[in-house]
Amino acid sequence: MNWVLVFPIAVPFVTAVIAYLARNYPAGRWISLAGSVLSLVASAALMAAVLREGVIAAQMSNWDAPFGITLVSDYLSAVMVVITAITGLATAIYALGEIPEQTERLGFYALFQMLIAGVTGAFLTGDLFNLYVWFEVMLIASFSLLVIGGGKERLDAGIKYVALNLVSTLVFLSGIGLLYGVTGTLNMADLRGAVAASDNQGLITVIAMMFMVGFGVKAAVFPLFFWLPASYHTPYFAISAVFAGLLTKVGVYALMRMFTLVFVGDVGFTHEILIWVSLLTMFTGVIGAAAQMDFRKILSFHIISQIGYMTLGLALYTPLALMGGVFYLVHHIIVKANLFFVAGLAQQYAGSTDLNKIGGLYKSAPLLAALFIIPAFSLAGFPPLSGFWAKYLIVKAAIELNMWFVTFVSLLVGLLTIYSMTKIWGYAFWKPHPEGYDPTPDRAPPRVTAAMITPIAGLAAMTIIIGFFPEPFVQFAQTAAAQLLDPTDYVTTVLGEQP
Amino acid sequence: METLTALIIGILTAASVYLMLARTFMRFLFGLILLSNAVNLTIFASGRMTKGHPALVPYGADAPLQAVGNALPQALVLTAIVIGFGLLAFALALGFETFRRTGTMDTDEMRFAEPKEDEQK
Repeated sequence: MNWVLVFPIAVPFVTAVIAYLARNYPAGRWISLAGSVLSLVASAALMAAVLREGVIAAQMSNWDAPFGITLVSDYLSAVMVVITAITGLATAIYALGEIPEQTERLGFYALFQMLIAGVTGAFLTGDLFNLYVWFEVMLIASFSLLVIGGGKERLDAGIKYVALNLVSTLVFLSGIGLLYGVTGTLNMADLRGAVAASDNQGLITVIAMMFMVGFGVKAAVFPLFFWLPASYHTPYFAISAVFAGLLTKVGVYALMRMFTLVFVGDVGFTHEILIWVSLLTMFTGVIGAAAQMDFRKILSFHIISQIGYMTLGLALYTPLALMGGVFYLVHHIIVKANLFFVAGLAQQYAGSTDLNKIGGLYKSAPLLAALFIIPAFSLAGFPPLSGFWAKYLIVKAAIELNMWFVTFVSLLVGLLTIYSMTKIWGYAFWKPHPEGYDPTPDRAPPRVTAAMITPIAGLAAMTIIIGFFPEPFVQFAQTAAAQLLDPTDYVTTVLGEQP
Repeated sequence: METLTALIIGILTAASVYLMLARTFMRFLFGLILLSNAVNLTIFASGRMTKGHPALVPYGADAPLQAVGNALPQALVLTAIVIGFGLLAFALALGFETFRRTGTMDTDEMRFAEPKEDEQK
């Protein structure tokens, strides 16, 4: 058995248990931090194995596929696991500064590690029902993290988040049931052949649509995104950063996996729908952001807008577009989590996230301003930052297909993104503080500032590195896209050589 | 048997959609409970409803002696029920806590995290 696939899931699980037992002691937070470091090591080992062998798979308890549960990792899964571990580590450091002791006692770190375990599991599983289980692990942890700490706002946000996500889960689950009824298997690699061989292609397309709706709610695409702007601005900043970075991306990953591996029988129909959904997602998201006046609400709407680019990469369904989609996914997680981290520190300094109530951060906290500029401009797609390459690949793919309307919308949305980013910049950083006082870094204790600014600086450095040296990352994304478009390697690694 | 199950699933789904469209959060939750039962029945029915014996292997034999029922959907449903139970318990607790703090279960009045309709202008 290939243990390298098990550790990235097992480490956060075990950490969660220990962190829960130690929740009443200061040791709890250091256990969480150590667990996150170990997760990063485990995911790096996974990445090394994948780079060496292409695709790796492990059959749990030695039950052969398609009967047992398979863990499998190709390039896409491996990079998602690594990026999850990086975000997890950044959040674990950030939480040292932000999370009050009272919340720690409620088991914050245990829930957080459980969330990371759920996300990692979803990326690594090769079994559809197992994917559902990981989704649930992730959901129940995220429900609790969203409302932890209480308050009317959080409870209200929690109700909307829980309600819509539970409905999407049920749609996903009934899709699984029907797919099993048609094909008689739940192993994703085995499903590829079984779905293609099915003589009931009409029903398969219906099931594909159920999956698209189920994952679409999780990924927050138009018109299913309403839970996201209703909830992401309420929890602790560390939590909203990890949600913004990872949770919707699990939905995008699941869409990418299912609509390249399994549901490829009617690409003209399913992926055409995805194109329009993506364009509307991009546009409504960025328009929503332009209307908001709150740091985190603007960022929340931006998530939706950016999700559109990623699903567009999948929808165009060419090697270049998928490569852009994968690159976008990775770049976006780093940048978006970082922007929420910045919002948290800005709130510490200036006392609010409402843009009408804050200001003057450029004068009093120039370091924070510099660290905001990097992810903000990267998100908007300024060269030479990582976002430029991500957008460039997607737009180029659209041009190569002669889809001028798609190209136009992608570029327009990029422009509007800059508009709402300059709004944050202008209100929060440039204009003087409305109450006339200088938001000073002294307002936050040095220990808090240190814990919160370290992950911001680290992630900003990663954005710059990807921006200036995109070559290895682009090549990696290219191989990942090639594996998605031709999953022969994936299928044979899971099922063994086919006769 | 399949027809009967399909009808039951249909009725459960219709009732749950009706309940979920109500403004009260409690009704929404009851709708969700019905819907999750409908989904569980769907999974159960998709494993084909045949008359069979329990999927047990007698002592000393390598395989079941008679035709057995499909055990996999039952395992899936069992997992789904357990998970659904946990999620619904959480949702009920969340609903109760929200009612205790805010004094309302009307989703139109639950605008604490978002601006109210008339405040947006």
